[in-house]
Amino acid sequence: MANLRIEQLNKRYGATTVLNNVNLSIEDGEFVVLVGPSGCGKSTLLRMIAGLDGASGGDIHIAGKLVNALAPAERGIAMVFQSYALYPHMNVRKNMTFGLKFTGVPPTERERRVAEAARMLRLEELLERYPRDLSGGQRQRVAIGRAIVREPAVFLFDEPLSNLDAALRVSTRVEIANLHRLLKSTIVYVTHDQVEAMTLADRIVVMNKGRIEQVGKPLDLYYEPANLFVAGFIGSPAMNFFEAEVEGIEGGRARVAGTAFRNLDIPAGSLKVGDALTVGVRPEHLVRGEAGFFAAEGVVELVERLGEASFAYLRRVDGRMFVAEVRGRQTPAPGEAATLVAASPDVHVFDASGLRVAT
Amino acid sequence: MTTDQRARSISVHLVLIAYSLLAVGPILLVVMNSFKVRSAIFGSPLALPDASTFSLVGYEKVFRSSHILTYYSNSLIVTLVSMALVLLFGAMAAWALTEYRFRGSTALALFLSIGIMVPIRLGSVAILNMMRSAGLNDTLTALILVYVAQGLPMSIFILSEFIQQIPKDLRDAARCDGVPETRIFFEVVAPLLRPAIATVAVFTIVPIWNDLWFPLILTSSDSTHTVTLGVQQFLGQYITDWNSVLAALSMAILPVVVIYVILSRQLIAGLTSGAVK
Repeated sequence: MANLRIEQLNKRYGATTVLNNVNLSIEDGEFVVLVGPSGCGKSTLLRMIAGLDGASGGDIHIAGKLVNALAPAERGIAMVFQSYALYPHMNVRKNMTFGLKFTGVPPTERERRVAEAARMLRLEELLERYPRDLSGGQRQRVAIGRAIVREPAVFLFDEPLSNLDAALRVSTRVEIANLHRLLKSTIVYVTHDQVEAMTLADRIVVMNKGRIEQVGKPLDLYYEPANLFVAGFIGSPAMNFFEAEVEGIEGGRARVAGTAFRNLDIPAGSLKVGDALTVGVRPEHLVRGEAGFFAAEGVVELVERLGEASFAYLRRVDGRMFVAEVRGRQTPAPGEAATLVAASPDVHVFDASGLRVAT
Repeated sequence: MTTDQRARSISVHLVLIAYSLLAVGPILLVVMNSFKVRSAIFGSPLALPDASTFSLVGYEKVFRSSHILTYYSNSLIVTLVSMALVLLFGAMAAWALTEYRFRGSTALALFLSIGIMVPIRLGSVAILNMMRSAGLNDTLTALILVYVAQGLPMSIFILSEFIQQIPKDLRDAARCDGVPETRIFFEVVAPLLRPAIATVAVFTIVPIWNDLWFPLILTSSDSTHTVTLGVQQFLGQYITDWNSVLAALSMAILPVVVIYVILSRQLIAGLTSGAVK
C-alpha cells in the first residue's frame, strides 16, 4: 500500500505527443480511475506507472521512492491486463505462483498466499485447471488473483472488464469494489466506460489527447464539470450544448442569448459583450414546463423508451437536436412541440476556450 | 454433396493420389528391392519379394563389410546436435530480433535473411579452407558448424513469425511478475512455440540427414563418414553392389520416418496455426 506521485510526465513517439505534462497525486488506499476516449493516453500512463513503457520526461514516485529507473517487478506494482494474459501452459496455481518464485517468496508463503487469494476470489475448485478450461469471468478472477498474491503496493487494472459480457461485467465490477474494500490498497484503473468509472472510483481522472482534463470525485465531475470536454464525456446520453453569446451586461449581470433557447441571466464576472459561450444542460435535468431559469423549445422527433425513463429527441429552432429525459408512462408523441426547462444549478456555461463560467 | 462437388473432390483426390505414388514410389521400390536377391532386383524390379527371391544378403553385407554403425551414429550425432543448436540459437535470435529494438537490429535481421536466399554450398571452397586452417578438417564438429549455419536463417525466419503471434501482454505480465528475461524466454515463450519448433525441427533435420555434399568434402576417414556418404562405397566405378546399396539406403530412410511420425502432429499444428488466425 502506498501513495503514487506523478510529476511533469511526458511521452513522445517521434513527433507525436502521447502524454503531455501529466501531474497526478494519488493517496494511499485510493481507488483512482483513468477515463477518456480511446487514444487519450490513459493506457500509456498506466503502462508507464507499471514500468512497461519508459518516459520521455518526468518522474514517477511510488511510496515516496523515485521509480523511473526501476524494472516493473521492483516497483511494487501488479497489473491486471484486458486480455487477462494468463500463461496458457500453466494451471491456475502455477499461474499465481510463477512470479513469486523469482521475487524470493519461500514456498510455504507462496502456498499461503495462493490459498488466501483463492478463497477471496472463489478459485479453490479451479486451482488445478488450465486457463483454456475456464470461462471469461473465471480467467479474470485468476488474473486478479495473480496480482493479489504479489501483495503489491499499487494495483494497476487495464480495462479489466471490457472482454466480459454485460451481466458478468456488472458482477465483476461489484467484486472489484469489494476487493478494494477488503484489501484497502491503492488502485489505478483504466477504462473507457464511464459507468465503471463513476461506480468504482474514489476519484476520476478524465483524460483527453494526452492531457488531464479534470480530476475529481465522481459526483463533482458530474455536477461541476471543469470544461466542455468533461461535461460532454461524463453522463449518458451526453449533455446538450447550445451556442450562445453575451448580448449585454447590466449591473454585474450578463444577458446570454442564443437562437435555440430563451435568454439567460448570469453573473457577468469577467465576461464582455460579444463573448461566445456554450450553454450545457443534461437530458435528465430538463423537464417540461412553461418558464424556468433555462428554457428551450423543440419539436419531438423520436422517443426511446428504456423503461425507467424515456429519451425524447427534439429538433431545435436552429435545426440541431437535443435530448430530454422523460419519466413515467406519459411520453410525448413525435411531432409534438414542447418547452423544456431547467433550474439554475443544472445549467452549465462554458467560455470560448471551453472553461466553466460561474452561473 | 452435389454431383458437381463430388466430381471435383474425386479429381482432387486423383491428383493427390498420383502425386503420393510419385513421391512414395521410389522409396517403396528401394525398400522392396533391398529384401531381394541380386538377380531378382534386375529381373523383376517392380515385384514384391517372394519365397524364392527373398534375401537379406544386402543387410548382412552392410553390417559385415562396412562401418555402418559408425556411419549411423555419426549421422545421428551430426543431425541431432545441429538440430538442437539450430532450434536453441534460432529461437533465441528470433526472440531477440522481434522483442528488442537495438542499434542494428534491422540490419542484423536483413543479414540473416540473406542466408535464406543464398545457398550455403556456394561457399564450399571457403568453408573447406576455413575448416582446414581451423584444424577442424575431417571432424564431425566441422559438419555440425556448417549445418547450424545452413539451418539458422530459415529457423529464425519461421520462429520470428510465430513469436510475433504470442500476445505481447503475456511478456508484459511476466515482466510485472518479476520473471527475468531469460526465464520469460525459456518458460513462457518457448513452451508456446512448441508447434513451431516441431516444424522447424523437421525442416532442419531432413536436409542434414540427407546431405551428401558436405560429408563428401569435409570428411575423409571412415570414422567421420555419415550414412549417405557411407552408402557410396558400394557404388563402384565398374561394379555396384546393389543389394548393399539398397539395404543401406533403406536403413538411412528409417530414422527420418520415425522422427517425422513423432513430430507430425505438432508439425501440422505448426503449419496451420499461422494460417487460421
